[in-house]
Amino acid sequence: MSGLVAVIDYGMGNLHSVASALHHVGADEVVVTHDAELIRKADRVVFPGVGAIRDCMDEIKRLQCDELLTRALTEQRVPVLAICVGLQAMMSCSQENGGVDCLDIIPGEVRYFGNPLSDAEGNRLKVPHMGWNAVCQKRQHPLWQGIADMTRFYFVHSYYVHAEDRSLLAASVEYGVSADAALARDNLFAVQFHPEKSAGAGLQLLRNFIGWNGTC
Amino acid sequence: MSLAKRIIPCLDVDGGRVVKGVNFVGIRDAGDPVEIAMRYNEQGADEITFLDITASHEGRDTTVHTVEQIAEHVFIPLTVGGGIRSVEDIRTMLNAGADKVSINTAAIHNPELVRESAEKFGSQCIVVAIDAKRVGDVDGQPRWEIFTHGGRKPTGIDAVEWAQKMADLGAGEILLTSMDRDGTKNGFELGVTRAITEAVEIPVIASGGVGNLDHLVDGIIEGGADAVLAASIFHFGEYSVPEAKAHMAARGIEVRL
Repeated sequence: MSGLVAVIDYGMGNLHSVASALHHVGADEVVVTHDAELIRKADRVVFPGVGAIRDCMDEIKRLQCDELLTRALTEQRVPVLAICVGLQAMMSCSQENGGVDCLDIIPGEVRYFGNPLSDAEGNRLKVPHMGWNAVCQKRQHPLWQGIADMTRFYFVHSYYVHAEDRSLLAASVEYGVSADAALARDNLFAVQFHPEKSAGAGLQLLRNFIGWNGTC
Repeated sequence: MSLAKRIIPCLDVDGGRVVKGVNFVGIRDAGDPVEIAMRYNEQGADEITFLDITASHEGRDTTVHTVEQIAEHVFIPLTVGGGIRSVEDIRTMLNAGADKVSINTAAIHNPELVRESAEKFGSQCIVVAIDAKRVGDVDGQPRWEIFTHGGRKPTGIDAVEWAQKMADLGAGEILLTSMDRDGTKNGFELGVTRAITEAVEIPVIASGGVGNLDHLVDGIIEGGADAVLAASIFHFGEYSVPEAKAHMAARGIEVRL
């Protein structure tokens, strides 16, 4: 039973695809909201994000979504899934938009992929990192259940996460550098890719999330 | 393993109906874009592009509804293009569930639209579509220009310079269609594909002219494209998406299998 899944909406981009995907995998009830009361009642929380980090951070703070997120993580202690810019916003700081302070929930940086970027054989790599790349699982986790190591997920980003505490690394992705593809800590699982756009593998991860009890 | 090259089936839609016929065994209604998008999703397409060729305003409301329905059922990226003229049009399509919006003629009339929309919604969802046609050589080098109105109207704009300008303004991807090849089944125009992929840092989707699976391979290997888009070879059941991927993989191209 998933219970009530709250997708935190701070006004950046369309969150219907996240909500549709959660419905599709059998979530009981999904709300897309920044209403504090609803989020407080939620049995699990999704923290998504698209767009530029500065705009995202401004809206997260203006709507006090940072407090709602912290409460979900540490007081409600419900399972939390962060996606893409949602993950980036949780880091200490980002190089995007000339340098932006983020929520510092996970110590670490969000770095630019660099331009020019090339792979180990010297082939030029395009930025943004856009498309289906292999996710290398670094540890066991309930959210990887039924998903083979090196399964491809859909990515679209120009900045990548590097967590300070390498024991949090749940998966990495190679794209000129080794970028953090997923971080896990207690009841938090945070991914750089878009499970809601990653076909069967992404749906499986969301199915795992709505059945997860928040422990590793 | 590295980033996979993408295969993108394209649907031409008029008033909520797919207008170039689509033949799938077991499909109930060959004109229903939702059903067709779901079928390509099941086949393992990496993305879907939805090209709206509807002329009327009423028809465009239908398009929004169709995009909403596809987004509810298909969990791979969806690009919507055709008739996008303003920030408001882009917002409407993104809110309906499109992941990316493709801008073509409006970018030529108003390049600032690309900058403004990339700043507002993020580069990742702004695709600039370029319809290029070869216009003869300059100092022995081939030159391609941007054409509008389905390839009939020249603009005098150099296609390679235009692609660079669009990337500088914040486009996240280029959808390059060769108007010399579109509909010919003779393969991509590899010269312009290579020239543009080398000129810009953002991904390039090659389009126009695919007639067989070797053409897809050529677009990636010779043209340097990051993704290949095709319509008729998939619609008429000549080839399936898995066949295309198997063929590309056999030629050493990384694909999502």
